[in-house]
Amino acid sequence: MFKTKTKVINDVKVYSRPQVGMTILLLGCLLLVLSIGLAVSVGAAKIDFRSVWEAIFNYDASRETDRIIMSLRLPRELGAAVVGGAFAVSGAIMQGMTRNPLADPGLLGLNAGASLALALVFAFNLGSSYFTVMLLSFVGAGVGAGLVFGLGSMTRGGLSPIRITLAGAAVSALLSSLGEGVAIYYKLSQDLAFWTAGGVSGTNWTQLKIIVPVAVIGMMVSIMLSRQLTILSFGEDLAKSLGQRTLVTKAVLMTVVLILAGAAVSLAGAIAFVGLLVPHIVRFLVGTDYRWIIPCSAIFGSVLLVLADTFARTVNAPYETPVGAVVAMVGVPFFLYLARKGGRKRS
Amino acid sequence: MSRLYAEDLKVAYGEREIVKNLKIDIPDREITTIIGPNGCGKSTVLKALSRILNPKSGTVYLDGKSISKESTKKIAQKMAILPQAPDSPDGLTVGELVSYGRYPYQKGFGKLTKKDYNVIDWALSVTGILDYKERPVDALSGGQRQRVWIAMALAQETDIILLDEPTTYLDLSHQLEVLELLHQLNRDEKRTIVMVIHDLNHAARFAHHMVAMKEGSIVKEGKAEEVMTHKVLFDVFNIDAEIGVDPRTRKPVCLTYDLVKSEQYEKNLA
Repeated sequence: MFKTKTKVINDVKVYSRPQVGMTILLLGCLLLVLSIGLAVSVGAAKIDFRSVWEAIFNYDASRETDRIIMSLRLPRELGAAVVGGAFAVSGAIMQGMTRNPLADPGLLGLNAGASLALALVFAFNLGSSYFTVMLLSFVGAGVGAGLVFGLGSMTRGGLSPIRITLAGAAVSALLSSLGEGVAIYYKLSQDLAFWTAGGVSGTNWTQLKIIVPVAVIGMMVSIMLSRQLTILSFGEDLAKSLGQRTLVTKAVLMTVVLILAGAAVSLAGAIAFVGLLVPHIVRFLVGTDYRWIIPCSAIFGSVLLVLADTFARTVNAPYETPVGAVVAMVGVPFFLYLARKGGRKRS
Repeated sequence: MSRLYAEDLKVAYGEREIVKNLKIDIPDREITTIIGPNGCGKSTVLKALSRILNPKSGTVYLDGKSISKESTKKIAQKMAILPQAPDSPDGLTVGELVSYGRYPYQKGFGKLTKKDYNVIDWALSVTGILDYKERPVDALSGGQRQRVWIAMALAQETDIILLDEPTTYLDLSHQLEVLELLHQLNRDEKRTIVMVIHDLNHAARFAHHMVAMKEGSIVKEGKAEEVMTHKVLFDVFNIDAEIGVDPRTRKPVCLTYDLVKSEQYEKNLA
């Protein structure tokens, strides 16, 4: 009697995780389409949804609104979507891999490394084409991460989350000051300042043609590896016990992070908090299985950055507010809220 | 020869040698317990046996083949290890976590087959947590959580299970529950079980084979009666122990003990 009763109570609690994940994912996709639509329609020239639709699916170069949409707003919002998704996914991977809830591409020297590379590009005029700029920012991100992981694993006992974090903080500080030094010495602070704060204004189709395939491939690989990532997040010993080749898995995941973060930084600069925040929001919704966290992070990272960028360019028009500042403004309070909630649950 | 054994095992962290020229043979279908003071290398031996640590020299053999040469997934189908106090991931349900025990059998995207689901349900019911299948792991008590990890190891369907201090952080009754479960798995399903364990009386009570280690070497191994002696405990733990017989299990128990005070120790006090 008693037993059946508890059974019923248990059954009420039962819900299917894949269904929740799927619903969230579909809602997210819808939200993304809507927010891009909204973002494209608001701005200095107000354009209604109908015209947006017309411009995209029935482009007419003689109409001014069509030109605004296709050459300015749409590439910009697509850029924001790609960058947001790429940062969020790389943050999610970092958090799972290092088992550090505060991991973020910014924390591991990736952003600082890419920024330094860009400062050098501007200082010595190396950026003949956007492709070279992107490639060099990958290299910068790679050097940053290499230094962090190299320093972190030099001591006995190897890489631990805390070592990675400490090495990351030190390397990031070093590389950003070097970058700023270069900028000041070559009088580039103006060019770089906005870039360092992060922004997607001025994104064009040429950049998108390079960056979208790179980011999409990166995200596909992440989704394919998401099961491996969950296993890795149980801890390395357990992952090895389950028969995972942890070294290979980590190397591939790290490469994906480099590609995603490098691509995002090269387009929009170091936008902090997206990589840290989005996986946490998503985890709150779909649990800790990276098979759901990764795709949902991609979608919600995109939504977040599209909305943040729209806000950034409309709040104080015609001046642009750095989108990084907007993300931080929304992100910090929400993050504190999540941290409090998490703390209560555990106590 | 047994299925799992190691020869000339030498494991080092950097310059420091933790395990020295160790030879260990794990009897098939029996429970082996490893005891020893902190830092004696017992966990290290377990990690080397299960390929989590690479030995500096020497070889671990499983079914006659060196484990460093076989595919790690193949080994995961024969041998599972439960590391000491694994962090439980927040937000995964019990069923989801246990389903990852099927990883060694999966290919590609890892869609679970009907057989996988059957094995998962079996593992959950043997460990008595089938009712919690849809609950998040972080909502469970320490004892229940430990059973979830054991269920995950069981879902691996391995003949050999290695456990590093499976009773740490558990209260008295939960400790016994976990040990009874392992005992039952050994008795009913003939699984080979190896565990590192701190509680001497538990180690003696559940072991067919007991191994006492000190400073990276095996001091004594054999039946509980041969290892739980005044002399061995004196050598290994530096304690003066009073050994009796458990009136219920007829196994040796350590009734009470004192520290053996060296002359140097006395001098330091004075």
